[in-house]
Amino acid sequence: MAVSAAEAPPPVIQHPPVAADRTSTGLNHRKVLMWAFLGSDCMFFASLISNFQVQRGRSLNPPYPKDIINIPFTSVSTFALLMSSLMMVLALAAIQRGDVRGMKIWILACAFLGALFLGGQFYEFTGFVQSGLKLSTNLFGASFFILTGFHGTHVTIGVIWLISVYYAAARGRITQKDSLSVELAGLYWHFVDIVWVAIFTIVYLLGT
Amino acid sequence: MATLVRPAPRVELTAMPRPNVETGLLSWIMTVDHKRIGILYGASAFILFLIGGIEALIMRMQLAQPNGKVVDADTFNQLFTMHGTTMIFLVIMPLSVAFFNYIVPLQIGARDVAFPRLNALSYWIFLAGAIFINLGWVIGQAPDAGWFGYANLTERPYAMGMNTDFWVLGLQILGIASILGSMNFFVTIINLRAPGMRMMRMPVFCWMTIVTNILMLLAFPVITIALTFLLFDRYFGTHFFVPSGGGDPQLWVHLFWIFGHPEVYILILPAMGMVSQVLPTFARKPLFGTPFVIYSGIAIAFLSFGVWAHHMFAQGLGPTADAAFAFSTMAIAVPTGVKIFNWIGTLYKGHLWFTTSMLFAIGFIAMFIIGGLSGVMHASPPADLQQNNTYFIVAHFHYVLFGGSMLGIFAGIYYWYPKAIGRLMSEKLGKWHFWLTMIGFNLTFFPMHWVGLDGMPRRVYTYPDGMGWNDYNFAETIGAFIIALSVLIFIYNAVWSMRYGQIAGNDPWDARTLEWSIPSPPPHYNFAEIPIVASMDDWWRQKYGAGHEGPPGTGAHPPAMAGAAEDVHHADEHAGEAHVHIHMPDPSYFPIMVGIGVFIMALGMITNYWVSLPGFVVVMAGVYGWCFEPVNAPEPGAAH
Repeated sequence: MAVSAAEAPPPVIQHPPVAADRTSTGLNHRKVLMWAFLGSDCMFFASLISNFQVQRGRSLNPPYPKDIINIPFTSVSTFALLMSSLMMVLALAAIQRGDVRGMKIWILACAFLGALFLGGQFYEFTGFVQSGLKLSTNLFGASFFILTGFHGTHVTIGVIWLISVYYAAARGRITQKDSLSVELAGLYWHFVDIVWVAIFTIVYLLGT
Repeated sequence: MATLVRPAPRVELTAMPRPNVETGLLSWIMTVDHKRIGILYGASAFILFLIGGIEALIMRMQLAQPNGKVVDADTFNQLFTMHGTTMIFLVIMPLSVAFFNYIVPLQIGARDVAFPRLNALSYWIFLAGAIFINLGWVIGQAPDAGWFGYANLTERPYAMGMNTDFWVLGLQILGIASILGSMNFFVTIINLRAPGMRMMRMPVFCWMTIVTNILMLLAFPVITIALTFLLFDRYFGTHFFVPSGGGDPQLWVHLFWIFGHPEVYILILPAMGMVSQVLPTFARKPLFGTPFVIYSGIAIAFLSFGVWAHHMFAQGLGPTADAAFAFSTMAIAVPTGVKIFNWIGTLYKGHLWFTTSMLFAIGFIAMFIIGGLSGVMHASPPADLQQNNTYFIVAHFHYVLFGGSMLGIFAGIYYWYPKAIGRLMSEKLGKWHFWLTMIGFNLTFFPMHWVGLDGMPRRVYTYPDGMGWNDYNFAETIGAFIIALSVLIFIYNAVWSMRYGQIAGNDPWDARTLEWSIPSPPPHYNFAEIPIVASMDDWWRQKYGAGHEGPPGTGAHPPAMAGAAEDVHHADEHAGEAHVHIHMPDPSYFPIMVGIGVFIMALGMITNYWVSLPGFVVVMAGVYGWCFEPVNAPEPGAAH
């Protein structure tokens, strides 16, 4: 948002006031739906993170978190994920000022960084399994894989979503007036990033 | 509308054109109309109500005498587990959702919900879950670990069979349906209110609906995660709830009740909303202290997340936790009490009209007070330790769930049946239904207080002779059959009235809210013209003018029902119908497709993982088709 404001005043996106599109709050249905979903999703992650905290230190056998967690490596993939949020902001700013080409570039960059994060997670999971940490090894393994795996599933869905937005834009189905489609993907994407900040702090930084 | 021929859609990227049937079975399968989905929900839930009722009757037959031999212990476990699971997840919740579907858009002056296809999807997924969870009966391995499925009992070593798998996966599916449905109603109520209908002008039923749906949005994720842990324990060898691996069975209890207590209010708040519509209509006064009723509903919802450990007093959480949760539990009685006083205040000095609906609403208040009082009793840990796991608890929650939710729902059914069907239900049969229900209900559940305090444990398939429980139990069994008889009368009444009931007209009760301003049954598009709302109970204002709070003409009789048919307030609506061209969403194949796919995926989890694969493909195909389905087939009249 701030970026677009710095360049040119973004044209006000206004749909013609059609009676059928009227909403009581003035917000689009899909946007309210997305917020409702994110509210619900918070409780999913809250349950998983609480579980992780409850199980902390209860593992009966190694490997324990400190034996296995590689903070520098995950910091890099965390950085990639956080940068992807910046790409998302730029993509939305681009489409809001009607720059479809710019949006396509930024959204692809965002998807790329998301995929990079997923690659990092895949590498990390493989390494953990090789060092003897599986789902059934101990409570740390179970809680860790189920929490980060659930987050990874969110990122995967997000990457697929971003690529779909890219394709839709490539076929000319997303123009300035459809900026909401990008905004919704963005809401989801930022949410998934913010959750990762919490997970990274709790599981990695405080967990070892 | 029915005869319109639509040209083939010319939209690119269309997987299939949207189906175009408006009558017959297919039209019900593909419907996205909130009224039809409401009826589907109601009918399915009612059939499940009968199944759950039969389970209860078998249990009562077993317990009619000491050392009963009707069923063995194993079957009894399955019966009480399925009775509880069915009545909570497959009956009271979907019956409430049936009312959300049918009534909420009508009350807020909308033509449909915000996401009609999502609405259909949540119904089909609900049905898939309901069938799935009952499949256990078919192979004789119904869930048997109790409706709250305490861990250890549900872990592999103690539950080798498929019983628990049906339960875990079935609830998982139902959870998806609930979350999808609640997102939809949240958006609908926030965003689709008629112009001028501010939040505080919304009917109380809509308020209770949005509060309930927010509870569902926030509570169901917790049970979903808990069930996922259990699923991983059972299938992938994790130890979340297995002490031998460092896990803690108590974690399950916490997670379950963090969901489970809000769930209790998910069950009761819609009924409270219905009663809050019925009482003002038949007392012919506005609801006493409406804002207080609304705020109390919100307060109940808020507090409901902070009381879960009162289900766990007997597990030894320590005095601090016990005291805190006892306090919060007693605190939640305050907003509940506020509501009861408001309802009674509504009746006070009202011009009461004792229809069956009104009787059920008053019965609701009376029975719910009893259930609420016994609830406050075991909010106190010392008392709870005495009552825990006895029939006293069974008596308590039947007074709030049957005496509360179910009587409220019956009040709602008698109240809104004429709107949905166009004919009134028989009042004579209705009154038989009401009185038999009250007699049967109290005969069944009141003695449970006594045997419970005397120590009769719940969930045990039989009891020895000579404990002094024989007569009570026999009376309870008779009561259960009286309830069954009353339900039969209700079914006869509902079916008979569909054909022979008195024509209802738009507004048979001289009611207060917008749904009564349109024909019964409402046309496909509900409102030919979206109403403009200027006050609470706006339909009353439209009829009798602003500021008119009391009944029109003191001492006047309520309008005779026979006269109601001529009471057509929107005469121009029928005249205008031929010209009204209102664009409604088209039916869709994809919701049911996704529902079937989810069902197959769950089947694969308990049989062979490979079976899940085609299920996954069907789900993906359904979602893909959904995304690329044109929003609507192009209109034939779009040219001009």
